[in-house]
Amino acid sequence: MIDATVKTLSSLLAAGKLSAAELAQEFLRRIDAYNGRINAFITVDRERTLAEARRADDLRAADRAGPLTGIPLAQKDIFCADGWLTTCGSKMLSNFVAPYDATVIAKFKQAGAVNLGKTNMDEFAMGSSNETSFYGPVKNPWNDQMVPGGSSGGSAAAVAARLAPAATGTDTGGSIRQPAALCGITGVKPTYGICSRYGMIAFASSLDQAGPMAKTAEDCALLLNAMAGFDPLDSTSLERPPEDYARDLDKPLSGLRIGLPREFFAAGLDSEVAAAVLAAVDELKKLGATTAEVTLASAGLAIPVYYVLAPAEASSNLARFDGVRYGYRAPEYADLDDMYCKTRAQGFGAEVKRRILIGTYVLSAGYYDAYYLQAQKIRRLIAHDFGDAFKVCDVIAGPTAPNTAFKLGAKADDPVQMYLNDLYTIPANLAGLPGMSLPCGFDSKGLPIGLQLVGDYFSEAKMLNVAHQYQLATDWHARKPQGY
Amino acid sequence: MQWETVIGLEVHTQLSTASKIFSAAGTAFGAAPNTQACGIDIALPGVLPVLNKEAVHKAIRFGLAVNAAINRRSVFARKNYFYPDLPKGYQISQYELPVVERGILKIRVGESEKTIRITRAHLEEDAGKSLHEDFHGMTGIDLNRAGTPLLEIVSEPDLRSAEEAVAYARTLHTLVTWIGICDGNMQEGSFRVDANVSVRPLGQAELGTRCEIKNLNSFRFLEAAIRYEARRQIELIEDGGTVRQETRLYDPDKNETRTMRSKEDAHDYRYFPDPDLLPLEISEDWIEATRAQMPELPEAMQARFQQQYGLSPYDAVVLTGSRAPSAYFEEVAAACNQGKLAANWVMGELAGALNKADIDIAQSPVSAAQLAKLIARIHDGTLSGKLAKQVFEALWAGEDDVDAVIDARGLRQVSDGAEIEQIVEQVLAANPKSVEEFRAGKEKAFNALVGQVMKATKGRANPAQVNNLLKKKLA
Amino acid sequence: MSLALSDVQRIARLARIRVTNSEAAALRDQLNGIFRLIEEMQAADTAGVAPMAHAGELAQRLRADLATEPNQREKFQAVAPAVEAGLYLVPRVIE
Repeated sequence: MIDATVKTLSSLLAAGKLSAAELAQEFLRRIDAYNGRINAFITVDRERTLAEARRADDLRAADRAGPLTGIPLAQKDIFCADGWLTTCGSKMLSNFVAPYDATVIAKFKQAGAVNLGKTNMDEFAMGSSNETSFYGPVKNPWNDQMVPGGSSGGSAAAVAARLAPAATGTDTGGSIRQPAALCGITGVKPTYGICSRYGMIAFASSLDQAGPMAKTAEDCALLLNAMAGFDPLDSTSLERPPEDYARDLDKPLSGLRIGLPREFFAAGLDSEVAAAVLAAVDELKKLGATTAEVTLASAGLAIPVYYVLAPAEASSNLARFDGVRYGYRAPEYADLDDMYCKTRAQGFGAEVKRRILIGTYVLSAGYYDAYYLQAQKIRRLIAHDFGDAFKVCDVIAGPTAPNTAFKLGAKADDPVQMYLNDLYTIPANLAGLPGMSLPCGFDSKGLPIGLQLVGDYFSEAKMLNVAHQYQLATDWHARKPQGY
Repeated sequence: MQWETVIGLEVHTQLSTASKIFSAAGTAFGAAPNTQACGIDIALPGVLPVLNKEAVHKAIRFGLAVNAAINRRSVFARKNYFYPDLPKGYQISQYELPVVERGILKIRVGESEKTIRITRAHLEEDAGKSLHEDFHGMTGIDLNRAGTPLLEIVSEPDLRSAEEAVAYARTLHTLVTWIGICDGNMQEGSFRVDANVSVRPLGQAELGTRCEIKNLNSFRFLEAAIRYEARRQIELIEDGGTVRQETRLYDPDKNETRTMRSKEDAHDYRYFPDPDLLPLEISEDWIEATRAQMPELPEAMQARFQQQYGLSPYDAVVLTGSRAPSAYFEEVAAACNQGKLAANWVMGELAGALNKADIDIAQSPVSAAQLAKLIARIHDGTLSGKLAKQVFEALWAGEDDVDAVIDARGLRQVSDGAEIEQIVEQVLAANPKSVEEFRAGKEKAFNALVGQVMKATKGRANPAQVNNLLKKKLA
Repeated sequence: MSLALSDVQRIARLARIRVTNSEAAALRDQLNGIFRLIEEMQAADTAGVAPMAHAGELAQRLRADLATEPNQREKFQAVAPAVEAGLYLVPRVIE
């Protein structure tokens, strides 16, 4: 049961061979048994989870069940869930019980899915290794000396270790795709605006996007069907007719044109990762695809651009954490100003503070044009590069990350080295394009390697089709770490 | 040396919408603390703003009313600073691209008219309130007002005196209430004025260093604060000092302004486009549809009242101080066809009675139709002006038919020559002493005789006829 | 370009984050490392390129003016650090 896909569990539930309560109990047992090893969850609330499971069973009894009714899902702790502690990985929100549901949470609730718990993450989603969490680092289930990636590292590790059949993540610069790659699972970052950001604690508003993390592309499609959709509460939510992201899964890949960006295979890419990714491309060719080299000339500047734009937005988004209306307040202070400064010094961790300071600096008087505006202009150049590439290909393929999981602590003191890990994932966020990562092999240390696909706007169904066909032909996605 | 005061005003008008600019919380004034502050207003983690259409609509109305450019595309920006009444740590405002730019407003000071340029008007959200009463040495924060829509209207430094500044503020106040975008309630903070004041030697082209005086919530304070501030700056310069650019507060109790913060510790607001909001686009159709719904504006109405009803410029301005009195006047004037008389009555007897009873013209017990009939009866000679006041009082007290009141109280003016002649003769006969005095050249005696005739007719005699007859008889 | 200690203290002040002098020195070095990376941007020719603030070229959607939010003060203030009489309490604000 624990290795079953959401798709399979869904049929078992539908056939009455399994109840939502049994399923929830099984995963709660596994969390009890294994979470101590990998620290994937920040909050587990047995009673709430079981109550939701019973409600799901009631829905089914009343013949009102859908495909996700009774499916337990791990929710990244960035999503506000009414009545649940919602920390965003920060001390700042260590006592924050959310008084409302994020739209994504509400949609899953409506679909009858069961909230299995809130997963660990880099503080305010700022990090690529899950080491910036106030609640301790998440360990990679494939090797507990290694990081799981970040910022959705808890979700990725939970799915990889079979502590949840699937999970949610958010991706601002690669936070779904990179941990999916490092933990050997499948994760999708949809087109910006597909999933509502309402109730998802903001890091960089113009880049943040929620998405599913699961064992297979097919499961991701099922989750996305529930998560996506227009939300009047989010001004940047796209008003589009609902779509079935699983509709093209079974299409053959003959005639598919795959673009291989030269920049994604340049210096800095680990040779074992390169080999696995190219082998995956060969596999796709066998399935009928053709390849073409494309160029994303400005993508090389994606990291500098990102480290201006994301911190700038974050410096403003995180100003609300001031100890006045919710969250942490410093215990001692001399006056209002002192209360602000101590609350924020004590409530935020080092990486969050660094980014707030970068963002404050680039927006401050005299620097705006040279940094913020210049970054926004290059952002447009990057989006244009993708536009040109999609004139000659249907989907772009490449590595998700330049390397497999690295050692805990290896880059923790070197922000620049850490930032370079998102080299291949950031461009899609800047352009607002959909992207995904899926397992395509292992390195000599036995660590998973991720293949990244980037599609044109709204081409999630196409991207999932490619991934699903690949997963029908390979079994990398079905491998699981030993001991779980 | 002769000095010139230069003033520009920034006026924050609260737009009278049902809900807030970015949330669906209510905007009613005076609710219990924080009961009208929803998750968006208190900036819960994860919440997002969605723009209120009506706030935009009201901004368009304003732009049309001051002949301004309405930008087809404008952008919301974040103004970042920390303050406990600012829950997000930033205010959503408009910075580089405001919704309205380059308008004009005509003002009148005494007999002269002047055109003041409006630089821009932009949409933004209001902050909450800090309550400084002692909560164990703490300040209490009420976020009910947070997120209330504001239109900040910024003028060019075209004003040259406290009087002009007040005239501009009053004209603007009339206009925003006239076009229904603001309730104009200054006590409740619906219309708040900041004044940028500087002085320069008369004739100098370059502007002096300015000080900004914050939050003037009455016209009286505005006038007093500018007078004080201009005098302070002049004295400072004449004593060899220089004006420092700073923000100042006006203290009405002491009638002075004092430093709030200097330029050195001015904020670095780090404005940038709000990534949670997309550019605001306003279509030509929307603007034209709004234009079609615009009421006649005070300025146009004043001109028409002068032309159509022969009113003085002063009367026209007074009657167009707000929409209800102007509409009332026009209803009266149209029904009785006596513009000048209608103006006198609306601005005189009616305004006095309303004022005394402290009620709005909308609640007037005397309807426009009744007043028109009353005026018609004056005009056709049925009523004397003096007795008309009695009829007015009766109507005010609740009677409804003018003619019935006149008949019931016998107030009909006596214009019958024979009847008056008879009374005049009786009066002359009964007052030989007065007749004698008049003939001896004492003019006052004539008035006494008129008074006697009026008394004898209980005030109903037509005064002009009485005068004529008396003169004839005494000649 | 390179940040001085005074720059670090200035932005920390703007961001209302207390930074001790020893923290400031470490932060300056880290931030300068990050800014060396960021400076690569300056080489790009962006003449005539419009800044891109959002992923799509959409316009703002507008809400109907309806006040539909119920009063949830008790629920919201249940997680507040300090409240009294329905007000959020903060150290005295001096104007």
